[in-house]
Amino acid sequence: MVGGVAAGLSAHLGVSVLWVRVVFVILGLLAGSGVLAYGLMWVMTPAVETAPTVTKVRAVTTGRENRMAVGLGALGLALCAALLLGGFGTSTSWMVGPVAIVAVGAAFIWREADEAQRARWRGAPGAGRVRRIALLRIAGGALLVIAGLVTVILGNLTSDAIAPVLLAAMLTLVGVVVITVPWWMRLVRDLGAERAARQRQAERAEIAAHLHDSVLQTLALIQRRPDEAAEVHRLARRQERELRSWLYGPGGIAGRAAANGASLSKLLSEAAAEVEDTFGVTITPVLVGDTPMTDDLNALVGAAREAMVNAAKHSGETSISLYAEVENGIASVFVRDRGVGFDHAAIGADRRGLSESVRGRMQRHGGVVRVRTAPGSGTEVELVMPLAAGGKGEKV
Amino acid sequence: MTATTDPIRVFLVDDHGLFRAGVKSELGTFGEGKLVIAGEAGSVGEAVVRIPAEQADVVLLDVHMPDGGGRAVLDALHTEYPDIVFLALSVSDAAEDVIDVIRGGARGYVTKTISSVELVDAIVRVAAGDAVFSPRLAGFVLDAFSDRPGGNPATDELDQLSPREREVLKLLARGYSYKEIAAQLYISVKTVESHVSSVLRKTQMSNRYQLSRWAADRRLV
Repeated sequence: MVGGVAAGLSAHLGVSVLWVRVVFVILGLLAGSGVLAYGLMWVMTPAVETAPTVTKVRAVTTGRENRMAVGLGALGLALCAALLLGGFGTSTSWMVGPVAIVAVGAAFIWREADEAQRARWRGAPGAGRVRRIALLRIAGGALLVIAGLVTVILGNLTSDAIAPVLLAAMLTLVGVVVITVPWWMRLVRDLGAERAARQRQAERAEIAAHLHDSVLQTLALIQRRPDEAAEVHRLARRQERELRSWLYGPGGIAGRAAANGASLSKLLSEAAAEVEDTFGVTITPVLVGDTPMTDDLNALVGAAREAMVNAAKHSGETSISLYAEVENGIASVFVRDRGVGFDHAAIGADRRGLSESVRGRMQRHGGVVRVRTAPGSGTEVELVMPLAAGGKGEKV
Repeated sequence: MTATTDPIRVFLVDDHGLFRAGVKSELGTFGEGKLVIAGEAGSVGEAVVRIPAEQADVVLLDVHMPDGGGRAVLDALHTEYPDIVFLALSVSDAAEDVIDVIRGGARGYVTKTISSVELVDAIVRVAAGDAVFSPRLAGFVLDAFSDRPGGNPATDELDQLSPREREVLKLLARGYSYKEIAAQLYISVKTVESHVSSVLRKTQMSNRYQLSRWAADRRLV
């Protein structure tokens, strides 16, 4: 609970946490060896990342266990105090007080280090910076440690000897720091360099794995069937799209930050990709502006997909343009092809493709559909959906 | 086009030898009579030396190359030889990668997956003084010039698109050709061309954040 040592130890040994804590408390009563053991284990064992607590060597404690820990700690302290007052201690038992203060101060500081480690794992922004609260806790802990140590020293001396003793202590500290400074610097630098190297390694491995799974497979497939032009085109197009998105898309290696959740441009791109793969056409989406998805926009995407499918099936062309724009509270999608076009009036009533799945869908959600087409001059389907839940669209 | 027009001298700059060979043969087939290959270069250094030497009219410039890429070639040659027209070629159609080259002075850009016929057409247009805007680039420029809520309203003429320019750009983004745009807006093709050139100039000179930040983070993958 304090440092997660008992939890970790119990997980490691396969024993209930309660028993481990009892042992620590009992040892703590015996001239503080339990506290010492706890402290040593806290510092020495590596922490392992488990949400939400930092525990040594892998364990998670439940709320009930934590409450029992508090109870046990209080019991231990009470017993300790009782023993002291009862005069059962040794000649150095007066030290217990100041040593306890030192221990509490140390606990504050070490806990802060764990907290920083936790923040780094969570990838919290500014995890490197020490926040004000953390600074206060560290300062408080340091003060307690120093106060405890000073009390221990002073307990043994008369006031005459204080000044030289303190001076000697300060000079020793300064001397140690000066001697070991280059060592610390080198340690820090090496740590940084090694971390960077490890990150690079991990990235390289990730890139290699991705390329192996995708590009190598596709190239092998293409080599196996070089004469089927349509199939080769389809394979190449799909691989190109995936690689582009992996490299330059949101969240990609060289791209912008990942967008969270579904957005209009993401769903439109996915719809375009599906139509590409199914019909062997090429669709290049051009997307300006973006907005999070709503029910109405789902209908818009559905209608856009239908329009693209129509273009793929009936236009006779293999290249379709998709343009989507979000501006001034309106989302517009244009699906265009340079194919055979069609005569509006000539579509039979039984061909439901355009009217129901495109128009009907849009109008039910308050959108508008405009179709520009004529035989021989291609087709453009314009889908307009107001962003705030709008009223009924007009029939064009 | 009069019969006495000289063929356009095209220079290829790309560090992929295989790609250069492919483009050369395609331009030879589809561009016969209209253009001629003046030379090729596989690196920035080679390009900077050979382009003026071969008296190229149009340079097909790869964006991603070692030693600074297409931008380095532009920086070295554009001010000294303003008559040489640069058409950027890129695999990545993330317009962010291309905007750097556009700002450096390129007249337009095409992706490497473009068809041969369209490539010849683009070269001819660019040589005649027009700007080539792919739908993707048009979309990106639209985005860059749109006003975000909470931002400072643009006051400089260079930082804004006129309504007409916006319309033309939108139609370009929707995949319309110049003729189709002219028909749609009831203007002449010449007018469309001048609008597009104006948009290009603004893209190159505007201080809009979206456009100018790419000068700082030049990430070459």
